[in-house]
Amino acid sequence: MSSTFLGMPAPPPRSPYGTGNLRGDRKFPRAAHDELRNEQLRRNLGRATRTIRAKRLDVTGELPDWEALREAGSAIKTDTMNRLPELLEQLERKVTEHGGTVHWARDGAEANEIVARLVQETGSSEVIKVKSMATQEIGLNEHLESVGITPYETDLAELIVQLAHDKPSHILVPAIHRNRDEIRQIFLKEIPGVDPGLDNVPAHLAAAARAYLREKFMTTTVAVSGANFGIAETGTLSVVESEGNGRMCLTMPDTLITVMGIEKVLPRHQDLEVFLQLLPRSSTGERMNPYTSLWTGVTPGDGPQNFHLVLLDNGRTAALADRIGREALNCIRCSACLNVCPVYERTGGHAYGSTYPGPIGAVLTPQLAGMHAAKGDPNSSLPYASSLCGACFDACPVKIDIPSLLVELRHQHTEQAGATAEKLAMRAAATVMKHPKLFTAAQKGAGLGRVLGGRDGKISHLPPPFDGWSDSRDTAAPPKRTFRSWLASAEGAATMRAAADEHRRNEKDGKKEEDA
Amino acid sequence: MRIGLFATCLGDTLFPEAVRSTAVLLARLGHDVVFPPGQTCCGQMHVNTGYQREPLPLVRNFAEQFGDTSIEAVVMPSGSCAGSVRHQHEIVAERYGDAALRSGVATVKAKTYELSELLVDVLGVEDVGAYFPHRVTYHPTCHSLRMLRVGDKPLKLLRAVDSIDLVELPEADSCCGFGGTFALKNAETSTAMLQDKMRNIAATGAGVCTAGDSSCLMHIGGGLSRIRSGTRTLHLAQILSATRTSPYVPTEAVR
Ligand code: SF4
Repeated sequence: MSSTFLGMPAPPPRSPYGTGNLRGDRKFPRAAHDELRNEQLRRNLGRATRTIRAKRLDVTGELPDWEALREAGSAIKTDTMNRLPELLEQLERKVTEHGGTVHWARDGAEANEIVARLVQETGSSEVIKVKSMATQEIGLNEHLESVGITPYETDLAELIVQLAHDKPSHILVPAIHRNRDEIRQIFLKEIPGVDPGLDNVPAHLAAAARAYLREKFMTTTVAVSGANFGIAETGTLSVVESEGNGRMCLTMPDTLITVMGIEKVLPRHQDLEVFLQLLPRSSTGERMNPYTSLWTGVTPGDGPQNFHLVLLDNGRTAALADRIGREALNCIRCSACLNVCPVYERTGGHAYGSTYPGPIGAVLTPQLAGMHAAKGDPNSSLPYASSLCGACFDACPVKIDIPSLLVELRHQHTEQAGATAEKLAMRAAATVMKHPKLFTAAQKGAGLGRVLGGRDGKISHLPPPFDGWSDSRDTAAPPKRTFRSWLASAEGAATMRAAADEHRRNEKDGKKEEDA
Repeated sequence: MRIGLFATCLGDTLFPEAVRSTAVLLARLGHDVVFPPGQTCCGQMHVNTGYQREPLPLVRNFAEQFGDTSIEAVVMPSGSCAGSVRHQHEIVAERYGDAALRSGVATVKAKTYELSELLVDVLGVEDVGAYFPHRVTYHPTCHSLRMLRVGDKPLKLLRAVDSIDLVELPEADSCCGFGGTFALKNAETSTAMLQDKMRNIAATGAGVCTAGDSSCLMHIGGGLSRIRSGTRTLHLAQILSATRTSPYVPTEAVR
C-alpha cells in the first residue's frame, strides 16, 4: 500500500450560519400559528393544492411505466450523488470547451459577489431573472440591489411575489398564496403606467404583466437564470418553464449568468428522457412542460455571447457527506411533496422560514444551513413539522423517503440537544416500560386519570405540555381495568374459553351440515 | 395457529376493549392466543420523536418476549405499532444493538402483522362472522396505508360484516393530524387537520368511525367528543368481534 497520510480529514465545509434565505426568524409552531389564522390563505392553499393533486394523479396514473420511471429517476440521482465531484469537473470542462466560463462558489456570499461583479463588468445596472431558486436561496436580489443593480423577475408568479415585496411560499407556484383580487391590487400599485381600470380576469392580469415585461426583455442586456439540469456529458444547461418568459431571458440578452446548485448535474444527455417525464407530471400535473430550453456554451451570432455558470455549494457538500443529506440532494424541486402534504396545505410555505418549504424543505433546510438545537435555532423545529403521514414519499418522483429522513434528523437533533427535560422524560418512560412490574404500577397510576376525569369520564383540561392537545380534544379517563388484568381475571379466562368453545361448536355444526 | 398478542402500551392501558376484541376474535376463529406477560411498549413514540438510544431496551424486550419459536405469528391491533416493529426496530438495533439483537429483531419482524393483515393474508379469512347493524365509515390510518400497505384488507373484512351499512369517507387517505407527539408539538396545525377530518366524517352521516389504530381514534374521538358530535369512534377489532349473540354495547364515554 502506498498511500500518503494527509492527516485528519477536514470537516466538510458548512455554509456560514445565518447566510441567505435558509432560516426563518421564528420556530415553525409559532410561525404556523399566524398563518393558520389567515382564513384567506388557507382557502387559497386548500383549493390550489387540491386541484394540482388531482391533476397529478390523473397524468401519473395514465403512464403504464410510472413506477419504473420513478425507479430510474432515483437510480440516476443516486449514481450522480455518488460521483458528484467527477461529474462536476466534467461539466466544467465541457462548458469551457463550448466557450462558457465556470465559477465555483463555496457559499451564498461568494456566489452573490461573483454575479454582481459579472454584471458590473457588462456596465449594466439592470438584470432580468428567471427560474432560480438558487438565487432565492442566497438572497441574490437583495445583494444586487445593495450594489445598485436592479433585478427584474420575469416568471409571472415570481414577478407577483417581487412586486408585492413578499417572499415565495411554494417552490413551483411561488404566489400560490395569492388570489386574483390580491394580484390585481398588487399590479395596480406596483406596475408603472398600468391601466387603472384593470380587472381581475386572468387574461387581463397576464396581459398587464406581459406589457411590463416585454419592455424589460427588449432593453436589458444581462440575464440571470437558474437551471433545472446541467448535463456533464455535453456541458448543456436546461430550464423548463410554462410561460416562455424564461426563453426570452435565455436568448435575448448579450450576457447570461446561470446560478446552479451543484446537485443539479446529470451524467448523460439521455437522462433527460427520464426527468422531462417525471418533472412536469409531478409538479404541474402536465404531460409535458410548455417550454424546455437547452443551451451549450455560446454560439457565435446566436443568443447570448457571454455565458457564465456559477456552481453553488452553500452547504451541499456538507449534506453530501451525510447519508440523509445525500438522499435529500436527489430532489428535483418538483413540489409534488408540498402539494400532498397536509401540514403544508394548512400552514403554507412561509411558516418554514426558508426558500425550501414543505416536506423536502424540512429535510433540506437543516441540512444546508444546519440546525443548532441548543441555540433554539428555528431550523431545529423543522424536522418536527410533519405528522409522518408519508404522503410525500408516495408522491416523490425520485422516491426520497422523506418521513424516514425526518425521523433521522429528529434523532440528530435530540442527540445534539443534550439532556433536555424531554429526553429525561423519554429515558424515564423507557426505564419504566422496560420493567413489566414498573409498567403495571404505572398503569395503576394511570387510574388516577379517573379522578381527573369528571363524572362523564372525560378529561377536558390537561396541564402543559399537554394543553395543546386538550385545547381541541377530550380524553377518555383510563378504564378501570387494563387489558392484562382483565385477561388474568376469572372473567377474562372465562370469556376466552367461551370464544374457543364457540369455535369448536361452529366446527361441529359445520361438520354436521357437511355430513347431512 | 399459535398467535402472540401484543396489546401495545396504549391499548393495554387506555383501550383494553380493542385488545379484548382482538383476542376474542382470534380465539373464536380457533386460534391459540398467547400473551407474553413481560410485554410493554414497542418504542414507536420514542423513535418518532427523535430518540433512538432511549428505546433500545424496549426493542430488546419486544424481541425477547415474542422471539419464542412456538409463536408462529405476532399480531397487534395497531397499524403504527406494527409499522414500528417492522421498520424501526431494525434501525435502532443496527445503530445501538449487538449481533444477537439484530438477528432477534429480524426474526420477530418477519412474523409481525397488523390485525387485518393477519386475518386476510395469513389466516385467509375475510368473513369473520361478525354482525354490526350500524352505519360505519372507515379511516385508513396513514401508517397502515403507507408503511404497511394494508390496502383494502380492512374494507374487505368490513364488507363481509352482516347488516353493516358501510359508507365511504371523503378524502379518506388524508392524515387526521395525530402523528404522536406532533399533536403536542404542533397542536394548532394538528387541530386544523383534525377539523377537516371531522367535517368529512360528518358528511358521511355515519354513527361510527372505525380504524385499525387506537391512537388515531383517540385523536379523532377526542375531537368528535369535544364538538359533541353524535359519531363515536370504534376500533376495527370491536366491529369484527361483535356477533348476534354478543353484540357491541357502548360503554365508554369517549374513545
Ligand atoms: S422531494 Fe421529491 S416530491 Fe419533493 S420536490 Fe423534491 S423531487 Fe419533488
